[in-house]
Amino acid sequence: MAEDPTPTREELSRVEYAPPAKTWMDTGVDIPNRRGNWCYASDAKHPEYLGQPNAHDWAPQNEDWNLPENWQRIILDGMKERLEKYRSFRLFMDICVRCGACADKCHFYLGTGDPKNMPVLRAELLRSVYKRYFTKAGRMFGKLAGARDLTIDVLKEWYYYFYQCTECRRCSVFCPYGIDTADVTMIGRELLNLVGINIGWIMEPAANCYRTGNHLGVRPNTFKDNLDFAAEDLEDITGVHVDVPIDRKGAEVLVVVPSADYFANPHYFTFLGYLALFHEIGLDYTFSPFATEGGNFGLFLSHDMMKRLNAKIYFEARRLGVKWILGAECGHMWRVLHQYMDTMNGPADFLETPKSPVTGTVFTNAKATSTVHITEFTADLIRHDKLDLDKSRNDHLKVTFHDSCNPARAVGLLDEPRYIMKKVLNNFIEMPENTIREQTFCCGGGSGLGSDENMEARMRGGLPRANAVKYVKDEYGVNTLACICAIDKAVLPPLIDYWVGGVEVAGIHEFVGNALMMKGQNERLTDLRNEPIPHLQKREAEEEVKSDA
Amino acid sequence: MNALVSLLAVLSIVVIAFLGAGAGLEVLFGVVLPYAAILTFLVGFVLRIVKWAKSPVPFRIPTVAGQAKSLEWIKHQPLESPYTRRQVVLRMALEVLFFRSLFRNTKAELKGGPRLVYGADKALWLFGMIFHWSFLIIFIRHLRFFTEPVPALVTGVEWVDSFFDVGLPALFATSVLLLVSLSWLIGRRFLDPQVRYISQAADYFPLFLIFGIASTGVLLRHFAKTDVAGVKELGMGLLGFSPPNLGELGLSGLFYAHLLLVTALIAYFPLSKLMHLGGVFMSPTRNLANNNRAVRHVNPNPQPVQVHEFEHWKEEFKEEIAEAGYKLERD
Amino acid sequence: MHDQGKVIAGIVIFLIVVLFPIWYTGAFGDFTPPNLDPVTDAKECVKDKATMTAWHMDLLNEWRNDVVRNNDRGPVLIAGKEWEKSLTRTCLGCHGSYRKFCHKCHTYADVKPDCWQCHVVPEER
Repeated sequence: MAEDPTPTREELSRVEYAPPAKTWMDTGVDIPNRRGNWCYASDAKHPEYLGQPNAHDWAPQNEDWNLPENWQRIILDGMKERLEKYRSFRLFMDICVRCGACADKCHFYLGTGDPKNMPVLRAELLRSVYKRYFTKAGRMFGKLAGARDLTIDVLKEWYYYFYQCTECRRCSVFCPYGIDTADVTMIGRELLNLVGINIGWIMEPAANCYRTGNHLGVRPNTFKDNLDFAAEDLEDITGVHVDVPIDRKGAEVLVVVPSADYFANPHYFTFLGYLALFHEIGLDYTFSPFATEGGNFGLFLSHDMMKRLNAKIYFEARRLGVKWILGAECGHMWRVLHQYMDTMNGPADFLETPKSPVTGTVFTNAKATSTVHITEFTADLIRHDKLDLDKSRNDHLKVTFHDSCNPARAVGLLDEPRYIMKKVLNNFIEMPENTIREQTFCCGGGSGLGSDENMEARMRGGLPRANAVKYVKDEYGVNTLACICAIDKAVLPPLIDYWVGGVEVAGIHEFVGNALMMKGQNERLTDLRNEPIPHLQKREAEEEVKSDA
Repeated sequence: MNALVSLLAVLSIVVIAFLGAGAGLEVLFGVVLPYAAILTFLVGFVLRIVKWAKSPVPFRIPTVAGQAKSLEWIKHQPLESPYTRRQVVLRMALEVLFFRSLFRNTKAELKGGPRLVYGADKALWLFGMIFHWSFLIIFIRHLRFFTEPVPALVTGVEWVDSFFDVGLPALFATSVLLLVSLSWLIGRRFLDPQVRYISQAADYFPLFLIFGIASTGVLLRHFAKTDVAGVKELGMGLLGFSPPNLGELGLSGLFYAHLLLVTALIAYFPLSKLMHLGGVFMSPTRNLANNNRAVRHVNPNPQPVQVHEFEHWKEEFKEEIAEAGYKLERD
Repeated sequence: MHDQGKVIAGIVIFLIVVLFPIWYTGAFGDFTPPNLDPVTDAKECVKDKATMTAWHMDLLNEWRNDVVRNNDRGPVLIAGKEWEKSLTRTCLGCHGSYRKFCHKCHTYADVKPDCWQCHVVPEER
């Protein structure tokens, strides 16, 4: 099918916030004419492989979605089951007072002006059906009570708007009752999946991950090749040979990374940073050839799928006999590791309370899951002065930090990455306060929406983040946007190119790797991207001139 | 439409009360309906809580709004990311008593460029606070009709509330504050295009209803006075299950309007969004500690799922595994 | 039901709070209204009984303003009868017992009049 080009910046800069005259209950969504704002359906083979119900071929722009005959029954039964299973769902259906505080907190609302992107109305899409079939008022008063029949138009709205929510939880921070749209969206997507409605950009990675262990479908041998290749690259850049242990039984630590780290740019440079760091401190660690993915696209599909994809991590930790797990830079992976893993696949009683072998620090905050975030680990190393760092090696970078949604609002990991940055580079500048920390804005492509066919939605949803980056670029000359999320690293570059330009995206451990002085290193005139570090090259040139003279 | 229906509903309650009181139906409006409403309220409220409680909290999903407890030297924000039960209680107390999350409210504006700017927007918080606290104080003040002897708390609240001693009987500050904050809350539902768009009958109705209660209350106190001793006789009679002879008390039609509006509110409460009063305490994103990695949360009904078995994976990729030279030992 | 302990504790607290008037009055007071003794044999008051119970404070306020601020002691003609604008001589002339009359309702309904800021509380007759 023909690709519609993404509208120009000028076009997307004009956002109409005035709601339409018709009430939201009467307006459906014209999917064929909203190309660029939705994701393609999944090829049926992926949900089939995963044993998902009613997997079938369909296309969002088609009138007929080939739904199973009794699709309404399936959805309503699914809703009943989930109302009984999740207190959050039942409560969030019941207690919203529609105060509207959430409305302009959503990046998709700010970028589209579409009233159904206000978190309150996004939830109301489900709530109206809940009221119609599960409350007396809704059954008796219908529309007047905000209740709607479950029609195909309503289902199409669910698909459109639950795949235009990145489950970032920013609205939940502002809600007086803590109503969490991410939770509502998760249930909405589960219900859609019951009748075989799901998107390719989530289903394919999930199927890959289930089969091979990682979203990209990297097979065990290629995994080893990629890691060996990274070690070679690191040696080329630093002159230091590092070993990359895989499947080493009895190692102290199992390192789990998002698969993009060993496959995609700019993730890869962060990965080089980890390898350099682990080598330099002599960490006794291993990668797993099976648990080759820390990320978890199951989170974006259903609770059950999340559990299925996550199971391999504790399994491998047990098989390899490690003492604890070190989790790398990734956003939604950390929502799963922090809020779900232990409950779903624990208890991790075969692991120990993590203790840094270098500093002796005991991570009591991770005593149950035995899983430590790499920025916690590195911040502790730096605090104890265990790393030889040359901050000036990052002097060519003016860095600002994008708090990734999940580390911020699910974990509360805010100051660890900042501490590291302040110790490994000289130019750190914060974005405006309403756009960072717990108020951080999504990259626009989280929760499995980082595809290409929905580029317009991504650019719109990413506007608030891009805008804050533009501010610090214009005011302070920021040229690097740091983050600790693999999806960010994939999604932010096109976003920043579109709205801002001239700002690179990087992970925290890329800076650590840049600044880390390694034993036996070469003169290191380049950074981990193998790009010359300007002032070092200049100094080198001057010294050459001097010695020539 | 939603607003109009709600307004008509409230107005018809007033009319019905006037007509009924005039037609000798005092017992229905003064005794039968209040008892029915209170019963609905008590039973409905408890049943709703029990219904919520019947659904488990399978996962610990607090919304974290600040630095978590981490390394010793990193400053922890206990109210934003509670780690202990005590910290959760504090976070909840501030939420329930002072609407802390709403206090964060901002307003985003898109200017040319495009340039998004954010400003603090405390109006909703301020008027929300005024409304809820005034309502609570008025509720406490009304206990003078339902307690004997009147407790010191009630007389104390009255004394503070009428501190400026304007008018006879003295005007209560909260009477004015309640009407002002209600007007603002109603006004915003009409004037703010976004809020108007999301508003339903269930949003207008309680506002109009409470506005009706407050305005009839002010009329009864200041402009169309009623026999307060008689009102108390009715209140105490209801509580003691021996209602007085309402014909003899001769309470006014306006009083019955006030009473029927209150009756409607009490009965409507457990069936509506007003249950946020009970719900706020049960919200899993607020009432749980962010200590997920330190204390395991147990799902009472864990779902067994199918996973990709290691042995199966090993078999499926045996060539690749051999090529990579993994041993893949198991104990 | 899940989290049974906490939920039941919450419900109990809720019930204790909303049912406060019943258990409090039951424990410390009385649901029956006080017996109002007009302490007089007179058959008529300044106005009818309903008006007087609801509006007497306004009448007293008006008289107080006339007498104290405008030096106008009346008499005032109400329903064909002349009355002197006086709390002590007109009102208390019939309702002679503060304890048995004023006090009962005012305490019962928790209304604190300003009368006794100037006037002496009448002695029992």
